[in-house]
Amino acid sequence: MSAVSLQYPPEVSLAGVGRMSLSGDWTLAASRLLEINAQKIVEHGSRATSLIIDLQAVSHLDTAGAWVINRAQRELSQARISVVLERIRPEYEAMLREAAYRDFHPPPRHRSPLIFDLLVDLGASVVGAFHDFYRGVAFLGEFVSTLAYVAANPKHFRFTALVSHIESIGLRSAPIIILINILVGAIVAQQGIFQLERFGASSLAVDLIGILVLRELGVLLTSIMIAGRSGSAITAEIGSMKMREEIDALRVMGLSANEVLIAPRVLALVCALPILTFIADMSALLGGMVVAWGYGDISPVAFLSLLKAAIAFRTFAVGLIKAPFMALVIGLIAAMDGLATEGSAESLGRQVTSSVVKSIFMVIVLDGLFAMFFAAINY
Amino acid sequence: MTLVDAARSQTEMTNQDSEVIIRVRDLVVGFGEKLVMNRLNLDVYRGEVLGFVGGSGQGKSVLTRAILGLVPIRAGSIEVFGQNRNALDPAHRRALEQRWGVLFQNGALFSGLTVKQNIQMPMREMRQISQKLMDELAMLKIELVGLSIDAADKFPSELSGGMVKRAALARALALDPELLFLDEPTSGLDPIGAAEFDELISTLQHSLGLTVFMVTHDLDSLYSICDRVAALADGKVIAQGPLKNLLESPHPWLKAYFHGVRGGRLTSTFGDYRNS
Repeated sequence: MSAVSLQYPPEVSLAGVGRMSLSGDWTLAASRLLEINAQKIVEHGSRATSLIIDLQAVSHLDTAGAWVINRAQRELSQARISVVLERIRPEYEAMLREAAYRDFHPPPRHRSPLIFDLLVDLGASVVGAFHDFYRGVAFLGEFVSTLAYVAANPKHFRFTALVSHIESIGLRSAPIIILINILVGAIVAQQGIFQLERFGASSLAVDLIGILVLRELGVLLTSIMIAGRSGSAITAEIGSMKMREEIDALRVMGLSANEVLIAPRVLALVCALPILTFIADMSALLGGMVVAWGYGDISPVAFLSLLKAAIAFRTFAVGLIKAPFMALVIGLIAAMDGLATEGSAESLGRQVTSSVVKSIFMVIVLDGLFAMFFAAINY
Repeated sequence: MTLVDAARSQTEMTNQDSEVIIRVRDLVVGFGEKLVMNRLNLDVYRGEVLGFVGGSGQGKSVLTRAILGLVPIRAGSIEVFGQNRNALDPAHRRALEQRWGVLFQNGALFSGLTVKQNIQMPMREMRQISQKLMDELAMLKIELVGLSIDAADKFPSELSGGMVKRAALARALALDPELLFLDEPTSGLDPIGAAEFDELISTLQHSLGLTVFMVTHDLDSLYSICDRVAALADGKVIAQGPLKNLLESPHPWLKAYFHGVRGGRLTSTFGDYRNS
């Protein structure tokens, strides 16, 4: 009776008018044959005025088989054809009773026009965005008050956790950050030299690399990378802790999740991101320098002296100042989304996605705000 | 003929009338240095409810998982329905696996699917039947396990512990298995809920003609619904038979289990009940 080779497929054979006998396995393993044969009972049966179904030759019966037989019987009796089941094996009587046909009335589905649903969704997401912003600000406030509390009671600060998170967020991200920034520096250098050569100004490519990388690209790429790599990890960690009631366990011990879980992670991000940004800046300059040498015939010595003329300390500082703020945004969004996880695996997936998307978006928005700010103060 | 063989043929003779559904012989399972199962033998007969007891960490769940093929075995053989799962080709293995249903300890319902979708999952994947019949069968299963119809569209996270167990049982019954594995079905239920669940299993076992392999710590379940009980200690089945025999066994662990503080209270009432 396996699905591989059904030994005895269910069968309906007619034995004169108003009589039929069933044989074979009337089980779910018969898949489609089960329904086809049940349909046969109804078809043949509807030609008679009364029907006797002989079940003696049924070799196996399960609830699915009993159900379709009962259903056929019901359909026929609704067409005023009396149906009698005959010679039922004693062990199948219980089965036929358990799976007696009954109408299930599923709760009526609420259906509204598509355009309504669309408008409702649109409205809900706009309200949701405002709500997110509100929650974000509230969460920032909570975080700051936790920091203030920890600053007043340094005993409560989890220094070991901070160091371990700095390792996992900072140190372990360093290789990939170095790699992508070398590549980006190299690409900017190649494009800069290629485009500026036409004006005979290929040496200006060094200015381009220096300013672009130090002011914007280094910090932006690092933040996006960290949002994807560490922000998602933080959301997943906190989210699965929420799912397994670990957050509640902390709370009933009189500990706050903010203090134990979130403060060390966010602070670790705030410490690690400037360092990573510095590493990113240096890697991108290195990548640019190598390409300038190989592709633009600008020797490293010339590159460095051109670079020195092109940038000031503040060019470098602008990028670095932004880093801790980016870290704060990434960390808070990640933690907040983690805490918003509900019971299901699907919800965890949704929160991790939303955390990464939101933090990358906010990092770029923040970068824009900083650009306006620095332009306004002429820095 | 060795002593073990002699003992084995004897047990087989006494149970000649019923077919062996699960036959475990000389099973060895280990993790690293540690042997969890050491030449373990076990028989489960068609149509019975076998209660499987053993101390925490003795490997009750490991044995269940080994039979289900979730844990690799080092030596010995496991035959279910007369077939050795590990020696089968994938198609036959899948066919074999469709003949059993498993109720995991914590339900293991798919959290992203509703109760109804959970039950329909095996039907949808393994059988070609119409959505209408699938809906009807799912509702039938939901009713069989004593859940209300409106639980069908709920997600597992919206269910209480008892409802999760019932929903998981309904999913285990989705393909109308002949063999049902229950891993601590009554743990985490209140006494009323546990008694109801026992009764439910007993009813289903009779009406659907199931063979039940039940890992349990619940002495009440052993008394009320198990036909036979097997006890696991030191990687071996130290005793199997009707509960009465195990109660009289001189083995120190069994004595502690059944006649300890908690077990003793129940066994004495059980004895009273028996005598009356």
